Amino acid sequence: MKAMLDWLDDRTGYRGLLSEALYERIPGGARWRYVWGSTLTFAIGVQFVTGLILWAAYSANAQGAWESVYYIQYEMWGGWLLRGIHHYMAQVTVVLLLLHLMQVVIDGAYRAPREVNFWFGLGLLGLVLALSLTGYLLPWDQKGYWATKVATSIAAITPFVGPEVQKLMIGGPEYGHLTLTRFFALHAGIIPAAIVLLIVGHIYLFRRHGITVKDPDHAPDSMFWPDQIFRDAVAMLAVMATVLILVFATGGAHLGAPANPTEPYAAARPEWYFMFLFQWLKYFPAGWEVVGAMIIPGMIVTVVALIPILGNWKLGHRFNLGLMASLIMGVGLLTFLAYAQDGADEDFLMAKEQAEQEAHRVQELAAAPTGIPPTGALDLLRNDPLTQGPKLFSSNCASCHTYNGHDGLGAPPAEDPSAADLHGFGSREWLDGLFDPERVNTPEYFGATDFRNGEMVRFVQRGIPNAWTDEQRAELEYVIAWLSAEAGLTRQQDLEEAEAARIERGRDAVVNEVVDCTRCHMVYGVGEQEGPELTGWASRDWMLRMLNDPAHPSLYGEDNDRMPAFGADEILTDRDMGLIVDWIREDWYRATDSQE
Amino acid sequence: MSDENPKPDGEPRRNFLAAMGAVIAGGLAGVAPALAGVATLLDPLRRTRDDQAMVMVTKLPVLPADGVPRKFTVSTDRVDGWTTYQNTPVGAVYLRRTEENELRCLNVVCPHAGCFVNLAPGATHFACPCHRSRFALDGSIDDPASPSPRAMDELECEIRNDDEVWVRFQNFQPGQEHKVPIV
Repeated sequence: MKAMLDWLDDRTGYRGLLSEALYERIPGGARWRYVWGSTLTFAIGVQFVTGLILWAAYSANAQGAWESVYYIQYEMWGGWLLRGIHHYMAQVTVVLLLLHLMQVVIDGAYRAPREVNFWFGLGLLGLVLALSLTGYLLPWDQKGYWATKVATSIAAITPFVGPEVQKLMIGGPEYGHLTLTRFFALHAGIIPAAIVLLIVGHIYLFRRHGITVKDPDHAPDSMFWPDQIFRDAVAMLAVMATVLILVFATGGAHLGAPANPTEPYAAARPEWYFMFLFQWLKYFPAGWEVVGAMIIPGMIVTVVALIPILGNWKLGHRFNLGLMASLIMGVGLLTFLAYAQDGADEDFLMAKEQAEQEAHRVQELAAAPTGIPPTGALDLLRNDPLTQGPKLFSSNCASCHTYNGHDGLGAPPAEDPSAADLHGFGSREWLDGLFDPERVNTPEYFGATDFRNGEMVRFVQRGIPNAWTDEQRAELEYVIAWLSAEAGLTRQQDLEEAEAARIERGRDAVVNEVVDCTRCHMVYGVGEQEGPELTGWASRDWMLRMLNDPAHPSLYGEDNDRMPAFGADEILTDRDMGLIVDWIREDWYRATDSQE
Repeated sequence: MSDENPKPDGEPRRNFLAAMGAVIAGGLAGVAPALAGVATLLDPLRRTRDDQAMVMVTKLPVLPADGVPRKFTVSTDRVDGWTTYQNTPVGAVYLRRTEENELRCLNVVCPHAGCFVNLAPGATHFACPCHRSRFALDGSIDDPASPSPRAMDELECEIRNDDEVWVRFQNFQPGQEHKVPIV
């Protein structure tokens, strides 16, 4: 063993290097206050290792980025932990960098001959922030997509070359595959390489100039190894413990719904340490963005870079301290304002809530046995009645109809309802209400329509109670069971199989004209076509026909109140009508369906 | 540490404790990322091919009656990492009629190193373009100089509903003397 090591040392001189690295003399002894640089090196090292392993499972393209991150997060062994560590260590790195910078400024450690190392440090800060910015986009979720759009749009206001700069950043005129490949190349290749170079330079210069010691008589001198390394290692452990607490407390890094350029996303916000910039830009009116986004920040960065030079003046150090303090207070105030305003903004909170629901829903759909299609996970949401139904209902139906009293999305309807409430349409409960003399003429049913004084209302309120015989009235519950069965609702399937005889009896009562539905309605070829046809009433097909053209002779005919012909007049596509109908029929994928 | 190196100042026992502490704390700090990373890297080991049910490949009349093999694409549902494909091409087979209603089916992949084996011009034999393995039309090794350790991989196939040709599509570990399915 010894002979082998001797051989290796002879060829490489590793012992000299090692002892130079380990036996650096620390005047005044090892101290806890010297740990920051080492914790940063550790944090960046963890980012390199976790990042490389994430790379082995990540796919940088518009139909694979979200999908592969989903796979890492929810399918792979330990993937959520790996991604969680990478996510939170990135944030901890930014905090550590700022602490390190503050310490350097407070201690005056930027003074000659350490100016260049101060600039290396600032460069590292800039590169780490660039890593955060590029990394934020890579999961290709709504949050990252829209927040990064803001950043690249700011680049577009660069004087003279803005549009070209933006095109180069995003790889073309629009966000897409090339935005991801370019951001990924920056995030995983170019910026890390630059960071390695700067860290090597930073540590070299640090060793060349030695530690900045305020009181060399604090304690007897000691060596880097093991005294200082022991403290550094404990600090690293504390950093990792912090990150793990964050990962476990939050359940890991968040993954929103897949990026959707066609869906507004009011909840778009940058990572918390960029929130001050986000807030800052609110104060610059149109035409002045370049001042807020570039000129003022550029001036501030320039002054910060001049700190070592300014420090040579008599009052320079005090000025630098004041500069740091005011920057920290300014950033703190802006960050506070940003969160305070968001917290009081109803629209933002609702958008955030909806984003949360969609994030959860798409995860449920991706985990379904049908999986993620080659067209990407966004299609899962686009074709999901539970996601699209409420939106389509709110913008197309809610000007007249309600859904359980609201507009589909949960907000109170903008106008008083003027047509039936469609929650549970087709179900037995819905029909029980229709045949309830107390309820049939309320806005829940016909009360706000042209039919409020019509035949059906009169029939329910007077015909059934007064004109029907007891025998006829005894048939009503069977008629309701049959009519509801015509809808063929998935969620009533088991009940209807069990009650086939009751349904049969209801149908016979109608078709054999024991009860007088057929006086106005057509049922299996029997009756008059005055009101809507009841064969297949409220079935998917019947509802689609109603949406397509309610004035069709088999439906409301000439008596149609105000309902538009959504299909015939090409207001909605077949796909959209299908989504509305399936949503009203509560026909959507449920995670429990597959577990049975 | 060897003796040539300058010894740190201070009490040896104290230094030993600090060194131990540094190694332990530093080691602990790396445990979580190391475990998560290794677990993620090893994840492919628990992935297996889906059930290898039989799939319909073609109809019987498409196959020449004279026993000349024809190549067919096998399509089935497939989960590729995060993407689920419906009815997508997963491989290819050579089908050959041996009797009026009897078939033989060979996987096109060479058992030597996994290249795609061609049907030689004139349909006299199969020839692998990579390392020159040669197989007879029934899949057996035709030329003793062939580097392939075994005959071409035969797949289970049957005729259903009079004229549907169904195949149990599988791939096998290359380079081994016996057929071992890749699962």
